[in-house]
Amino acid sequence: MVTADVIVVGGGLHGCSAALQLAKRGASVVLVEKDYIGRHASGANAGGVRQLGRVLAEIPLSVASMEMWHGIEDLVDDHCGFESHGQVKLAESEADLETCRARASALHTAGFEHEEVIDEKQLRELVPAAAPHVVGGMVSRADGAALPFRTVQAFRNKAERLGARIIEGVAVSDIRRDGRDFVAQLADGQTLSAPKLVNAAGAWAGRIAERFGEPVPLEAVAPMLMITERRAPFLKPVVGATSRTLSFKQFANGTVLIGGGYLGRAEPDTNRTILDYAKLGENARTVRDLFPVMHDARIIRCWAGIEARMADGIPVIGPSRTEDGLFHSFGYSLHGFQLGPICGSIIGELVTTGQTNLPISPFSIRRFAPSGRQSTGF
Amino acid sequence: MKTLSHVNDLAEHYDLVVIGAGPAGMAAATLAADKGAQVLLVDENPTFGGQIYRAVSSTPLKDRALLGADYWKGEAIGAAFSQSQADYFPGATVWQLSPELELGISSGGRTAVLHARRVIMATGALERPMPIKGWTLPGVMTAGAAQILLKTSGVAVSGKVVLAGCGPLLWLIAAQYLAAGKRFDAILDTTPRGNWRTAMKDLPGFLTSPYLAKGLKLMAKVRRQAKIISGVTALAAEGEGHLARVRYTAGGREVVIEADHLLLHQGVTPNINMASASNCELEWDDAQLAWKPKLDDWGNTTVPGIAISGDGAGIAGAEAAAERGRITALDALAGLGIISIAQRDEQAKPIRSELNRYDRGRVFLDRLYQPAQQFRVAGEDTIACRCEEVTGGQIRKAVTTLNIAGPNQLKSFLRCGMGPCQGRLCGLTVSETIAEARGSTPEAVGYYRLRAPVKPVTLAELASLKQSETEIRTVARG
Amino acid sequence: MFQRLPDPSGSPVSFTLDGRPLEGRQGDTVSSALLAAGVETCRSSAVSGEPRAPYCLMGVCFECLVTIDGVGNQQGCLVALRPGMQVETQIGRGKRELAR
Repeated sequence: MVTADVIVVGGGLHGCSAALQLAKRGASVVLVEKDYIGRHASGANAGGVRQLGRVLAEIPLSVASMEMWHGIEDLVDDHCGFESHGQVKLAESEADLETCRARASALHTAGFEHEEVIDEKQLRELVPAAAPHVVGGMVSRADGAALPFRTVQAFRNKAERLGARIIEGVAVSDIRRDGRDFVAQLADGQTLSAPKLVNAAGAWAGRIAERFGEPVPLEAVAPMLMITERRAPFLKPVVGATSRTLSFKQFANGTVLIGGGYLGRAEPDTNRTILDYAKLGENARTVRDLFPVMHDARIIRCWAGIEARMADGIPVIGPSRTEDGLFHSFGYSLHGFQLGPICGSIIGELVTTGQTNLPISPFSIRRFAPSGRQSTGF
Repeated sequence: MKTLSHVNDLAEHYDLVVIGAGPAGMAAATLAADKGAQVLLVDENPTFGGQIYRAVSSTPLKDRALLGADYWKGEAIGAAFSQSQADYFPGATVWQLSPELELGISSGGRTAVLHARRVIMATGALERPMPIKGWTLPGVMTAGAAQILLKTSGVAVSGKVVLAGCGPLLWLIAAQYLAAGKRFDAILDTTPRGNWRTAMKDLPGFLTSPYLAKGLKLMAKVRRQAKIISGVTALAAEGEGHLARVRYTAGGREVVIEADHLLLHQGVTPNINMASASNCELEWDDAQLAWKPKLDDWGNTTVPGIAISGDGAGIAGAEAAAERGRITALDALAGLGIISIAQRDEQAKPIRSELNRYDRGRVFLDRLYQPAQQFRVAGEDTIACRCEEVTGGQIRKAVTTLNIAGPNQLKSFLRCGMGPCQGRLCGLTVSETIAEARGSTPEAVGYYRLRAPVKPVTLAELASLKQSETEIRTVARG
Repeated sequence: MFQRLPDPSGSPVSFTLDGRPLEGRQGDTVSSALLAAGVETCRSSAVSGEPRAPYCLMGVCFECLVTIDGVGNQQGCLVALRPGMQVETQIGRGKRELAR
C-alpha cells in the first residue's frame, strides 16, 4: 500500500502540471498513468501556445498561463521548445476583417487588449508567404508554440525532482472512497491511498467522474495533424484563418505542422486512432489556397492523439460536486495545451488551500448536474 | 497481366490487392487471379522481381552464370505472373491502408483511393542497418545496393573495393562479383567467433537444409579468390567528402586500408513499415533480432483482411517466399468465397510440405549470422539516424539525462526517425541503442509507432483527394 | 568508381544532369544511370549540409533524392530513366536549419 497526500490519475500535461504544483506546495503526490507520460493528447497536439480566439471565460486563465509560459524555463528547468513569434489569424475578405474588428471590440469591452486587428501591409510583414487574396487579419503578439512531448516530459521530470512519485504503464483498475481516503487499485496489484484525488485522465476522465456519481457529456476525439519534410524558411508566427479551420506553423528546423481540428476516429479502449484522409485532403486544400509556397511540400507523417471534448467545448476544472476531496481537471476540448501551466497551479491551490483567485466557476462540473445551473461559460 | 501506367487506370474495387512484386507477391497474385479473383499487384519498382529477382525480365547481363542459377528461378515466377489476368501497377506507391482496406495509391504525382476485400502485403526485407563511423560518406553503400546495380544495369562497383559484414547474402554477392570478373581488396568478416558455439546445437537441422550444399560451395569459391579477414570487431569509414580509407580491427590489431568503396551488409530483416502503419501487431524475434508481424498459419495479421507473406512475414528466403505467397492467396480465395475451406486446406498441403523443407536449418543460419552488438548499436560519434544525423552518443545522453523510455519519446527531443525515411533505416538501431543504454531489451523498449503516409506524399496530392461524404466536423485548434 | 560490364544489352537513353547531357541505358533507374556516369554525390544533407550519395538503391534510405523534371526530393532509385529527363542534383540546397 502506497500512501500519499494526493493521488493524480493521468500523466498528461495537466496531471503532470498538477503534480508539480502540489509537490511544490509540500504535498506528497503519487501520479499514475496507464500508458507513458504524454502518450496521448498532451504529447500529440499541435503545441500551440495561444490566447488568440479563446472564449471569454477562458481568457483570464489563458493570460495568467501566458505569463508562466514566458518564464517556462524557471518553472521546469527546460525551454520546452517554446518560441514566441505571435499567432495570426488571416482575413480572406472584407467580411472576415469585419469579424476580426467585432471580436477586438468585444475583447476591449471586457478589458482585454491582446488581440489586435492588422491591415494588409502589417499582415504581409508578419506572414509574407500568405496568398495574394488575404486582406489583413488579427494578431496576438505574445502567443507562440512549444514542443508538446518535450513540454510534458519537462513537467514530469520537474515534478519528480520535487518529490512526486510517477507510476507509468499501469492502469487504475478500481477507485473508491474508503472512509477518509481514496483507494486506487492498480492493474499490477499495487494499492494507492490518499485523502485527495485529482482526476486528470483526459479522454478517460469521464469514467472517474461517473464512478463518483457525476457523469459528464465527454466525447473521446482524435484531432489529426500532419508534418512535412524540412522546407526553406518562410514563416515565423503560428497561423490560422478567420472563416476556415487551420493551424499552421513552421518549426525552427524547417518542418511545417498542419492541423485544424479535423477529427479522425478515436478508439480509447485500444489507444488507437484511425485517420480520415478525405478530411486531411480538405485540410491540405486550405493550406494550398492560403500558402501557395506549400504545393510541392511532402507530408512525412500524419497522426492523431486521443483527447476529451466536452459537449459545451470548455474544460471541467475544480472540486467535485459529489465527493469531498476529489478535484477535476479534464475535458480541455482541443485547446488545453496553453492552459497546462496555470491549471496545474489552480489545482495545486485548490487541493492544498481549498481556494483560488482565478475565476473558475464557468468550468465547474456542476454545470452538468441534472438539476444544476446550466452555465455554458460563453 | 495488364500493366497500368496511370492512377486513372485503376478500378475502384478489387477482390485482392497485393503489395510488392517479389516472389511472394507475384506467386500470390498469380494464384488468386488464376482462380478468378480480381487482383491488383502494386509495386514501387519499375520492373517486377522484388529485390532478389530484381530486373529478372530485363537485366542487361547476358552471361546467365554470373548471377547464379537461383536468380533465374525468378524467371518462371515472373512468366507465370505475366500470363495471369492480374492488373499490375509498377512504379506506384501505396501510401496508406486503412482498417477498412481502403488504399491510397500514388504514381507520377497523382493519387487515387480504392477499396479491396483482401490485402496481401509482400513488402519483403530490407538490409539490417550497420551503423559504423563514417557510413554516410559517399563511397559507402550497402552490398545489396551493389547487387541491385549489377542486376538492373550491369554496373559494377570498381576501383579499391572493400566488402564488410556477415550473413549468407554477403557470400552470394561476393561470388557474383567475382564471377563478373571483379575483385575485392578485402572482405572483412564481422561474424562473431562465439556464434559458432551458440549455433552448433541447431546444426543437425541445418545438415538437412537445401541451403547447406549451396552455401558451402559459395563460401569455398569466394575463399579461393579473395582475401578474407575474419574476426573483425571494429570498423570505420574515413575520408573528406568521399570514402578514402577503411579502418578495422581484427585479432586486436588495428589496420587502415585505402578504399574507394565500402559495401556493408549484415543480414536482412522484415520490412514492417506498412504493416505497422496499418496497425498490425508486431512481435520481437529473438533469433533474427528483428520485429516481425504477428501472424496465424495462413499469414493473417491481427487486422482482419490483411495478410503478410514472404520475407516481410519473417526472413525465410526467396524460394520459401513464393510458397508463403501461395498459402496467403489460398486463404484469401477462401475468404472471398471463391474456394471452400476444404479446398483451401487440400491445396495447401503440398505447399506446406515444401515449406517445411526450407524451414530446416533456418535457426542455425539465424544464430550463426547474428551480427555483433557493436555493429547493431550506434557508437558514441556514430550516426544512428542518417536523415536527422543523430548519433549514438546523443541517444544515450537523452536516455540517461532526460529519462527517455523508448523510441517514440525520443523523437520529440532528437528528431530521430522523423526524417524522410520515416525511421525505416534507423528503427532497429535506435531501439537497440536505447535498450543497451537502459540495460533493457529492444522488445521492452519497443519500436517507432509508425503512421501513414507509409511513404511521403505531396500536399498537392493530398489536396486532390475527394471530400468525404460525411460532414466535416471542425473545432477550434489547440 | 563504377563500370558497366562489357557488352550489356539495352539501348542508350539520353538525359541531362544539371543541364549537362549524359547517357544511360535502358533498364537504368535515375540513380543507377548517375552512378554509372560517375556521379555519386547527389545531394547535401538537410541537417549539416554534408554530401550524400545513394545508399540502399531499394527505396528505403532516401539518400538518392534528386530533382526530376522540376519536382524535387524524388527517390532516384525508384524512377526508371526516360529519354529527355532533366535531372538535377540537390547539392548545396540542403542546409535548411533556420538561424532564428
